[in-house]
Amino acid sequence: MAQMNMLHAINNALDIAMDEDESTLCFGEDVGHFGGVFRATSGLQDKYGKMRCFNTPLVEQGIIGFANGLAAQGSRPIAEIQFADYIFPAFDQIVNEAAKFRYRSGNEFDVGKLTIRSPYGGGIAGGLYHSQSPEAYFAHTPGLKIIIPRNPYQAKGLLLASIRDDNPVLFFEPKRLYRASVGEVPTEDYQLPLGKAEIVQTGSDITLLAWGAQMEILQKAADLAANDGISCEVIDLRSILPWDVDTIANSVIKTGRLLVTQEAPLTAGFASEIAATIQQECFLHLESPVERVCGLDTPYPLALEKEYVADHLKIYEAIKRSVNY
Amino acid sequence: MSNELYNDGPVVHKPTFIDGTSVEIPELKILQQDGTVYEGSDMPDIDEALAVKVYKTFAFHRVLDERMVASQRQGRLSFYMAALGEEAASIGGAAGLKPQDMIMSQYREQGALMFRGFSLENFMNQMFSNDKDLGKGRQMPIHYGSKELNYMTISSPLGTQIPQATGYAYGQKLQGLDAVTLCYFGEGAASEGDFHAGLNMAAVQEAPVIFFCRNNGYAISTPADEQFKGNGIASRGVGYGIKTLRVDGNDILAVVKATQIARAYALKENAPVLIEAMSYRLGAHSTSDDPSGYRTREEEQKWQANDPIVRMKNWMLAQNWWDEAQETALYEKLREKVLAAVKVAEKIEKPHIDTLISDVYDVPSAQLTAQLEQVKTHINKYPEAYPFTAGKF
Repeated sequence: MAQMNMLHAINNALDIAMDEDESTLCFGEDVGHFGGVFRATSGLQDKYGKMRCFNTPLVEQGIIGFANGLAAQGSRPIAEIQFADYIFPAFDQIVNEAAKFRYRSGNEFDVGKLTIRSPYGGGIAGGLYHSQSPEAYFAHTPGLKIIIPRNPYQAKGLLLASIRDDNPVLFFEPKRLYRASVGEVPTEDYQLPLGKAEIVQTGSDITLLAWGAQMEILQKAADLAANDGISCEVIDLRSILPWDVDTIANSVIKTGRLLVTQEAPLTAGFASEIAATIQQECFLHLESPVERVCGLDTPYPLALEKEYVADHLKIYEAIKRSVNY
Repeated sequence: MSNELYNDGPVVHKPTFIDGTSVEIPELKILQQDGTVYEGSDMPDIDEALAVKVYKTFAFHRVLDERMVASQRQGRLSFYMAALGEEAASIGGAAGLKPQDMIMSQYREQGALMFRGFSLENFMNQMFSNDKDLGKGRQMPIHYGSKELNYMTISSPLGTQIPQATGYAYGQKLQGLDAVTLCYFGEGAASEGDFHAGLNMAAVQEAPVIFFCRNNGYAISTPADEQFKGNGIASRGVGYGIKTLRVDGNDILAVVKATQIARAYALKENAPVLIEAMSYRLGAHSTSDDPSGYRTREEEQKWQANDPIVRMKNWMLAQNWWDEAQETALYEKLREKVLAAVKVAEKIEKPHIDTLISDVYDVPSAQLTAQLEQVKTHINKYPEAYPFTAGKF
């Protein structure tokens, strides 16, 4: 075990992956010698050479197109998109190509070895182009897996599982927590399961669900509610696609209430999908409507970020609303 | 400071524009329409066996295109895309490669797949979306692919294969393979952002990839002069720092020669090559298109006189590698075989209902499995509405 922040944990996972398999590559804008603008790939070029860890030109669609080709060829590419806000030029290569590669060829070819890493989310005074949470766009695309870790331990175990998984994985990293989140992380190799949510606190009155950086805020709200005598079950979804319906449904059958919070705007966010599925699965067990606490349906603001975000107080209010319904 | 690398031009003290005419682009021509070779030509590495194979592939291509367009007109097939008049680009490209080289194509390069030996049955099964289609009946006709033959499954979005080819070739280089990737696309697709992305990255990342542009003058109805203003596609290669060749796309010997030297260069130097093959799409864009609405008969007739197959035939006759009796027999046999294959393929069953959810992931998710069960239950309730699958699971 060692104290690591999330960047150290990610860097450590990449190091393990590159060490165990010579066909593993890390690349993206400024990823080479510089180690990425957040330093997630620090030291990898020195250790594994310029052929396996390198800078690419500034062209996101090219980075993912190139990665698709590498994966189809049998290499194991780990492509970095510098900010999730800049992933959209690569949307076609992700949604029409990576996600459909195996299906459209009848399994003659696949890009299962592809992993795309990208920092997402707000809370860093990044305004509308350095704060977005685009997971819902991709969650509408069969063939992708989407993973979002909440802390350094989760980041390392989930990233190693993503790199080794035989499907293209989008791995969104909560950049607000890159250095802020520090914890005990095993130095050795381990994996955490994809497609499985984790119950991080058991409770009986309401189920609280989130993913990524929003977990920390959710916990704060749960602690406030505990002072009022409300017992919250707190769950980290971890995998957006495919998502763990059973764990959430079983929890809601027990508590009778669900609150989902996400950083992204409310309308057609992934919280909406969860709300629809849970009302179908748990209709007769629900004591109150499913609460969604999300960003506003606006671009991500700068000066008024504090007012915009789904913070612990907004969540706390929604918990009380649900419990007192 | 790497920027100093560029400063090889003269220093001037009055502003001086440069434009496309600053670069003269030569066009490689080896074979004349009458079958004679231009004097002083550098011949490709081609013997009688390879020449006969290429010529027979030409014939197969013509017959398959002719019969499948007819089948579509008869309502037996939903869609087809012929490559009339520009077959030399696809067949010649494949003939200039080794079998271990990957081919990533657009959708009008079936000639390359024919050259690689994709069987008539495989072509048919794909076009009729039946249970024996390697692609499991999921893509519209002509979206072929074969791992065994190193021919990447085609996808409809234009240009997406270009940066993928760069990545594929980079992987080949990384593993030290004696193999390159050849990537086909049209002059229209070269307007897509993926073209820029793929070529620039190939140059920077030093990938052994051959970009093969079929400049056939039209993107559906849009003529090349409404697609770009530069000197064709070849001029762009220079801008990306890529070795570039322009070749007469209806000259099979020139195409084979260009591809052979491009392959040798890409492999030896770990660098990309761009080939622009000048040709003309004599047929419609697809069976859903009618070119009479956007171009003249005179223009088409001019290019009919440049038929690449007639040109090669004239050369083959002069070499004494082919005769008229062989020609008649070959075409007769091919027409019979293709007709028979259509009749077989259209009767083969549709893919099994389970293929609805397979290959989305390596293993279907719980949600997908549940959704398939719901569909099956529904089909069992209304079997007459789902005749392809009812009672078959």
